[in-house]
Amino acid sequence: MSERLLGLLRGRPARTLLLAVLLCLPPFYLDAFWLRIGLFSMAAAIGAVGLSLLSGTAGQLSLGHAFFLAIGAYGYSYLASDPGPGLPPALAACCAVLLAGAAGGLFSPVAGRVKGIYLGIATLALVFLGHHVLLTWDSVTGGFNGRSVPPLTLGGFTFAASDPELVVLGVPFGAEERLWYLGLALFAFTWFTAGGLLRGRPGRALAALRDSETAAAVMGVDVARHRAAAFVVSSMYAGLAGVLLALAFRRVVPDYFSLALSIDYLAMIVIGGLGSVAGATAGAVFVTALPLLMTRYADQLPLVTAPGSAEGSLGPTEAARYLYGAAIVLVLLYAPDGLHGLARRARARLARRRTPSGGRNPAASASATSAPSSASPFSPAEPAAAAPRSKEHTP
Amino acid sequence: MTGFLDNVLNGLALGAVYALVALGFVVMFKASGVLNFAHGSVLLLGGYLIAVLHDDLGFAGALALAVLSTAALAGALDRFLLQRAGQDEQAAHIQTIATIGIDILIFTDLARRIGGDLLSLGDPWGDAVTELGPVTVADSRLAAIAVSTVVIAAVFALFRFTPWGLSLRAAAEDLEAAALMGVRLRRVRALAWCLAGGLAALAAVFLAAFPAPGLERTTGQIALHAFPAAILGGLASPVGALAGSLLIGLTEALVVGYESDLHVLGDGFGEVAPYAVMLLVLLVRPTGLFGAKGAARV
Repeated sequence: MSERLLGLLRGRPARTLLLAVLLCLPPFYLDAFWLRIGLFSMAAAIGAVGLSLLSGTAGQLSLGHAFFLAIGAYGYSYLASDPGPGLPPALAACCAVLLAGAAGGLFSPVAGRVKGIYLGIATLALVFLGHHVLLTWDSVTGGFNGRSVPPLTLGGFTFAASDPELVVLGVPFGAEERLWYLGLALFAFTWFTAGGLLRGRPGRALAALRDSETAAAVMGVDVARHRAAAFVVSSMYAGLAGVLLALAFRRVVPDYFSLALSIDYLAMIVIGGLGSVAGATAGAVFVTALPLLMTRYADQLPLVTAPGSAEGSLGPTEAARYLYGAAIVLVLLYAPDGLHGLARRARARLARRRTPSGGRNPAASASATSAPSSASPFSPAEPAAAAPRSKEHTP
Repeated sequence: MTGFLDNVLNGLALGAVYALVALGFVVMFKASGVLNFAHGSVLLLGGYLIAVLHDDLGFAGALALAVLSTAALAGALDRFLLQRAGQDEQAAHIQTIATIGIDILIFTDLARRIGGDLLSLGDPWGDAVTELGPVTVADSRLAAIAVSTVVIAAVFALFRFTPWGLSLRAAAEDLEAAALMGVRLRRVRALAWCLAGGLAALAAVFLAAFPAPGLERTTGQIALHAFPAAILGGLASPVGALAGSLLIGLTEALVVGYESDLHVLGDGFGEVAPYAVMLLVLLVRPTGLFGAKGAARV
């Protein structure tokens, strides 16, 4: 055990540093299309991590994530621009996140007491009511056409194409390049805070709650309070993701924040593997990037036609939806712990092959056999080892 | 006053159709603990089959075939896909999310076929209306109330008087004890799903009939309004589903009927009124109106 701990200390900072450097490189080499995919993926990953805390760790099904994303996105664009108070954008972004958290808190009388599938349907109500409000509250939301999003400024630096003009190492830094680093910073913040939450006392309390409510209550976990708190934290992550999405889209419209978006987020955490930060990230990248990539390469893929061609043919968006619908079903029924579990089992097998009778073997195979329980608790060794995985998926 | 009666009758008809869908949710939930998110798509499939087949087979033939197909599809989904994940409570949670994936698959395919079209189902009522004293009602609405009443009564009789109904109630009460008493859980479950699938195809007829313009790709989403209905009643209680459906149907019809007086709430509030009612009820009774037992299952 102490050997393993030492290895972790040696390996982890080095790997984290390497990963951080690699993730900083793309703006210098890739064009705006790829950067946008990356941006959307990072925003989705932040939201998915939040949902993963709620659904994976606390075992609460939520279909209301789109509502909280909308509060973050609309909250930012309202607070920071003209029909609205016109706060400094950075302050508006913080307020939008708090607003999403407050909305989650307002919902806590329901979220704290209603559980499992019932909560899923209750949150469904949030999406429909929220969409209705976005459409009809013209003075704040801009109605059907939505409203435009002011760029973020931080101490005189604007995350937009100009002001100040910026060229780094011969690469002109436009909006996408700048937002990439903003997204990266926010994502890193999410990764470490969520990881900390999961490993610490609250994460254990929530996992206990998921596995047995009665047992958790007997051990001194305040059931309603923890359920409500998980909901609030998850909606704050959603609000943060909403702000980033709004900045990336530069315009927010009500129809984007529909039930389909909530289902996308549920798909992300299911495909990635419930209850793990790395899994949620991988799932987010998969679900976000797939339709965009299929649209871009539609003409080179078999069976898929370019968008807008003859009726009855298989367009790229539909093909992507088939794929990820099938992915949900297959993952859930054949590998309930998702990409994250598959990666862990593959690693365990590799480790076994490398050290046929080594001291690390029992630990590795133990974690592999405990995998099939749908949402396994987050073990300390995972983030460092799982980190390189998400790298392969990041364009 | 006639306006009020009109709205109430509309609400009852709507509630009767929602009851067909909500009863499906409840039957499936009782048998398997799974909330089937693919139910709306199964309903859409039923409607689509009727729309495509009624020219060749006549309305009755097409309806029969559609009911059989959706029943077979729902049963097969459960038996060959969902049941692979097992029978216990944890598995039910996973299967519920898996039905979302199934929903995406079926809906994407149907939406691609239907496109932006409005399909007529060729039902025998057309746009005929009947004068009932001071109020005028569409025949299709009366038919919806009559057919739903008969079918729902039949389903309740199935629960009460057949061996299958007894097995289903036993399984819902206690899975293990039922299995030990010789209840064939897999078969009971699959049959429950078949029943729900058949009910969905029937509901599609009335959701697409006059005064609705016809079957569109969003018809399956209207079926989502039966979610609040099922939840209101308590998800494991068939009687609750009926009460919830009528409540939701009446609310929706009244809000739509008095929209001009309720414009503070914004245009189209009728669409979302069922969800508002559901939130209010859940605030007071987190397990639904009739749901004391259902709470133990989830």
